[in-house]
Amino acid sequence: MKRSEDIEDRLFKSIKIKEKYVSVVTILILVILWQWITYFLRIPEYILPSPTDIVSSLIRSKDILWLHSLTTIYEAGIGFIIAIIFALVIAIIMNQWKLFKVSLYPLLVISQTIPIIALAPLIMIWMGFGSLPKVVVVVIVCFFPISVSVVEGLATVDKDLLDIMEIMGANKFQVFLKVKLPYSLPSFFAGLKIAATYSIMGAIIGEWLGAKRGLGIFMTRTMSSFKTSDLFAAIIIVVLLSIALFKIIEWVGRKLMPWNREL
Amino acid sequence: MVEKVYMANVNKTFQEDDKILKVLKDISITLNAGEFVSIIGPSGCGKSTIFHILTKIVKGYGGIVKIDGVSIEKQNKKIGYMPQKDLLMPWRNLLDNVCIPLEIQGIRGKDRKKRVEKLLPIFGLEGFEKSYPYQLSGGMRQRAALLRTILIDSDILLLDEPFAALDAISRSNMQEWLLDIWQKFKHSALFITHDVEEAIYLSDRIYVLSHRPAIIVDEIKIDFPRPRIKEMTLTSEFIGYKKRLIELLR
Repeated sequence: MKRSEDIEDRLFKSIKIKEKYVSVVTILILVILWQWITYFLRIPEYILPSPTDIVSSLIRSKDILWLHSLTTIYEAGIGFIIAIIFALVIAIIMNQWKLFKVSLYPLLVISQTIPIIALAPLIMIWMGFGSLPKVVVVVIVCFFPISVSVVEGLATVDKDLLDIMEIMGANKFQVFLKVKLPYSLPSFFAGLKIAATYSIMGAIIGEWLGAKRGLGIFMTRTMSSFKTSDLFAAIIIVVLLSIALFKIIEWVGRKLMPWNREL
Repeated sequence: MVEKVYMANVNKTFQEDDKILKVLKDISITLNAGEFVSIIGPSGCGKSTIFHILTKIVKGYGGIVKIDGVSIEKQNKKIGYMPQKDLLMPWRNLLDNVCIPLEIQGIRGKDRKKRVEKLLPIFGLEGFEKSYPYQLSGGMRQRAALLRTILIDSDILLLDEPFAALDAISRSNMQEWLLDIWQKFKHSALFITHDVEEAIYLSDRIYVLSHRPAIIVDEIKIDFPRPRIKEMTLTSEFIGYKKRLIELLR
């Protein structure tokens, strides 16, 4: 039995590897197409730079891009961590006290419907142009997906498992620590993955409205001076940063939950 | 001697909105020390509700329910309850799964391991300590769940169709093995099943339940000597019991 499972695993893996190749090839074809279109239609660089323009921009501006990236990473990282702590605390309280959940949950959903682009300028007015308002924006956008997924995870714990813990004489704290927490770990990580991509975006929205440093302000500057290839270079950095954060979370999740076969 | 489990004229209805569902009617069951007693009945007749009342998962019932002579409201004694699902935690390996009752009692890691390691071979689980539940076969999962139940350290076992999900061969093996364990640990066991042969083979007495609302149709004493052997299932007496039970369940 063990052996057939191994074979199945390997088969599954090889299909996954093939899928990876397919997506890489698709991207390559699109990039080549892009290059041809900008070349043959003679599209000027400030309208749509070709992939080679973007690569040369990346190389030319790598030092300054790195500097701006550091600021964005810092803001997104701090905001992300604060959001995790907040979200966990709120989710746990909501799970333990029903009244708290009933009164707070709708508010949480409503808060999420407020467009962040409308809220961000207000936060800037309150907190100035430093890093703080960017961190706050990141916390706001990341808080929701994490807290909701943890609340859902805690709420869907197998009732029979809770019953049997009680029959075995477990107290509330033991039930929480030994059942609820590990049970909701996969949904916590699902929320983290969504929030990770939001975090970089949140920091950029914050910087977009005014900052000393960061990829967001770098992007607005490149736009106002029509350096479109620099803008695209910054976009690529943003994409890479988001993917990197996503992959890190996935890796931590796998290390923390070797039993979870969905990852 | 005091009955381990004593239920007299127990009634239970569930109410959902304005629908009233009568599940148990005048159920009287006793389990004496060292006995193996089965409760058999058609699926969905409310057999599990009896265990839910005994373990206080379900509250509110009519009648008298006592454990060790004390009514269950005042009784704090732990009961070795094993539900139909194995309820192993997917995030714990086998060793950590079976250790949960000891963990709850506050026994330290080293002492836990020492106690469990001695029992693993008896349960046919040695060498799989580090395996996660998804890596184990159905029979092993069920044995792990039973080991966990036994580590609750109660002399009363409530087993709710523990082998229902197993194929015929592992089921038959598990039955033999369960009798071994039961004799070794001298438990008093209540066993829910809907399998007639299983009930006869394992039990000293069998309560036969009707369709919902469940009443006790009959109580049958099984006069086979112990230890039981599989060949017994081929005797005319066994077939006689079987005929009678099938009649009653019809």
